[in-house]
Amino acid sequence: MYTQTEIIKDTTVNGSEGELVINVGPQHPATHGVLHLVITLNGETIKKIEPHLGYIHRSIEKMCESLSYRQFIYVTSRMDYLSSHINNLGSAHCVEKGMQIEIPARAKVIRVLMSELTRIASHELWLGAMAMDLGAFTPFFYAFREREMINDIMEETCGARLTMNYMVPGGVMYDIHPDFQQKVKAFVKQFKEKVTEYDDLVTNNIIFQNRMKGVGILSKEDAVSYGCTGPVARGSGVSCDIRKIFPYEIYDTVAFDEVLETAGDSFARYMVRVREMHQSIRIIEQLIDNIPEGEYQAKTKAVLKLPKGEFYSRVETARGEFGVYIVSEGATTPYRIKFRSPGFSNLSALEHMAKGSKLGDLMATMGTLDLVIPDIDR
Amino acid sequence: MTNEEIKAYFTTVAPSATFDETGEWLNVQVEPGSWKALAQNLRNSILHFDYLFCLTCIDWKTHFSVVYHLSSTTYRHTIVIKANVDVVNPEIETVSNIWRTAEFHEREVYDLFGVKFLHHPDLRRLILTDDFEGYPLRKNFEDPINMIKL
Repeated sequence: MYTQTEIIKDTTVNGSEGELVINVGPQHPATHGVLHLVITLNGETIKKIEPHLGYIHRSIEKMCESLSYRQFIYVTSRMDYLSSHINNLGSAHCVEKGMQIEIPARAKVIRVLMSELTRIASHELWLGAMAMDLGAFTPFFYAFREREMINDIMEETCGARLTMNYMVPGGVMYDIHPDFQQKVKAFVKQFKEKVTEYDDLVTNNIIFQNRMKGVGILSKEDAVSYGCTGPVARGSGVSCDIRKIFPYEIYDTVAFDEVLETAGDSFARYMVRVREMHQSIRIIEQLIDNIPEGEYQAKTKAVLKLPKGEFYSRVETARGEFGVYIVSEGATTPYRIKFRSPGFSNLSALEHMAKGSKLGDLMATMGTLDLVIPDIDR
Repeated sequence: MTNEEIKAYFTTVAPSATFDETGEWLNVQVEPGSWKALAQNLRNSILHFDYLFCLTCIDWKTHFSVVYHLSSTTYRHTIVIKANVDVVNPEIETVSNIWRTAEFHEREVYDLFGVKFLHHPDLRRLILTDDFEGYPLRKNFEDPINMIKL
């Protein structure tokens, strides 16, 4: 590990320029967590980026080997804490797949509603934080104003604002709060009124556009090769929305569009996320008045035992494809569990995207990768 | 493409491969020695497996299984490739030049399982510190200070 800034003796031919190695992180406002990047610069141009991970590695995969199939779901909230509902859903899904549990229609709709609210909340946070990285402070307050409403809705129904742990094998833990529908409708109304403010303030801002366009370009082939998913890949024109290609729950019955942009730069990734928020609102509007009556949880045994075999489930979080791979030996705990986290693969493309660009542009590139560090370290 | 077509392809390029269809996807057991050439084939041939979405390892105590989940963005078919490696000296060829995402994933597997990926461009520990001893995701790993077992 590098402890201080050091000037490496020049190795270029003419010998007039030195290379400078700087540390971004582990505590840096733009990394939004403890990510440590060792960057080799030539002047202001990035020559090399070396990510140092593991500052918040908790060995969740090892931990899960001694947790039961009900318990391990709670740990997954602590990975991508902004998509905790969707992580829980993917994990519960994998257990249901192994146990062949059919979940009630009401639970399916609640799960989708919660997932989409989470997606909006996550994108709102990203929007505010990324604008702040680029020097605009006001969008942060605008985005958090709406995000706060979602957090309040979550708090009422799930009892928590960030790590919800609301999805359980067989359905959801409790029924929704009596005020849920009315509050979600109020949120949708508020969001639709206020979302134009984002466009006025950020999207159509010429300074913002100049900092984003043509920065951090990722081609379609590279996006697939680096395993990028979510808005990062869709900004490069890769169709990879799990909700569309391998629909789970009731995503095949609701109308929404997979958002695709083709430019592959930071602005394209920005636009994908902004447009995705509108699609999530569209899904919520279709479902909020049509929550079927009935049970919210299927009857399951107190102790779950997965049959011997391997199970994999994939869901679309706010950052991309989240995979849960369970290897079961027929016991009450998993033999091996692997979480395929979207952030890990997206980060691996960072060096490729930022190489040769200016250090100042790195913030725009990293901002639109939307990295959540606990998701990468696990 | 259906599983039958994929199986027919494997019997021509890798006759030693064995299949298991009990799970959700077709599982193919391959020889670690022939894996690199086969991987190149899978990526470039008509099957067009261009997307490696998961790379991990399982410690079966007698051997390690390196598991590759492959998918095609064109045809949307998925297969699972498994290669068994020795527990004493686990080694397998890298695929990081075929699927770039493997570079990080292989470093992670090296870090936590100690499987060496031959000809990997930069095989170092990724998550743990450089002076860390042992490989925590192996079944025989015991850490007396930070016990993870409940």
